[in-house]
Amino acid sequence: MSKEHEKGMSLIVKTITRLTVGLILLYGIYIVFHGHVSPGGGFAGGVIIALSFIHLMLAYGREVAFRKLSKATASVFENLGAILFLIIALLGFAGGYFFLNFISKGEPFRLFSAGIIPLCNIAISLKVGAGLFAIFVALVLLRLDGESKK
Amino acid sequence: MIELYILLIFMIIGAIIAIEVKDLLSSVIAVGAVGLGLSIVFLILKAPDVAITQLVVEILCLIILIRATLKKDIPFSTSGRWFLNTLITLGFIIIFLTVAIKSLSDLPEFGYPMMRVAKTYLREGLAKTGASNIVASVILDFRAYDTLGEATILFTAVIGVLTIVRRIGRKKENQQIEEEDE
Repeated sequence: MSKEHEKGMSLIVKTITRLTVGLILLYGIYIVFHGHVSPGGGFAGGVIIALSFIHLMLAYGREVAFRKLSKATASVFENLGAILFLIIALLGFAGGYFFLNFISKGEPFRLFSAGIIPLCNIAISLKVGAGLFAIFVALVLLRLDGESKK
Repeated sequence: MIELYILLIFMIIGAIIAIEVKDLLSSVIAVGAVGLGLSIVFLILKAPDVAITQLVVEILCLIILIRATLKKDIPFSTSGRWFLNTLITLGFIIIFLTVAIKSLSDLPEFGYPMMRVAKTYLREGLAKTGASNIVASVILDFRAYDTLGEATILFTAVIGVLTIVRRIGRKKENQQIEEEDE
């Protein structure tokens, strides 16, 4: 059972995954970037991005997924997201207070509008996506190690 | 309104099945059905932001739970010092209730300034932040502190999981299990 899992699932699943995984990742990025215009936002988009990598790992096994996004890269991205979010918040002190919306608001209903909100969405999506992927990887590696010992 | 009640009954039945069924995989799938019903309820109540988040988090939790429960049953440790645990729980409940009664008596009367803050957000959200999605303007501008706290919670959770399941901490436990098996 464990050997099959390392190699991944059947050919049908692999083909479907190859066709859809890019679209899932693209949809997640779309949700993140349009978080201030339409429903969605950083958290939901980040989870969808993490799901695309988990999809890859479930279908192809962990080697292929780690080639795209290794565990070290995931933790770097997670820390980067958290630090980016804090830096955006601290930059508000330049104009007065914590979390000040210091960039110009722009025109409503446009992609480039709402000041720092899209930037915060991107930071949160990095954090959530990489963090949830790291949790999933940690739990899956725990399972595989336990099986190989037995 | 009737579809809301149908979904609510569906969710309650799903939750009861999840508790009562003996097979762990069936239980996980019942929990997933409850989450799907909840996301549809959010959609009917016109909260698409929450519905999207609920749906994707539900899928992720389902995948993790299935990966974790497919192979072997999770051991439960209910025996042992139940008396001490119950005593500590009761003590903390009493402490929290005392503090809560003291601090809640200073708050304004229940529902007195009717939706004052929410009305301000709805009226001035677009003008003050420029975000046409009012939810984004609330969670990332007016209430950004909350979002910062949420991000900290997730960060702590990831650190906790990675610390518990890392290789260094696991080795000893595995050896012990092997010895017990032999």
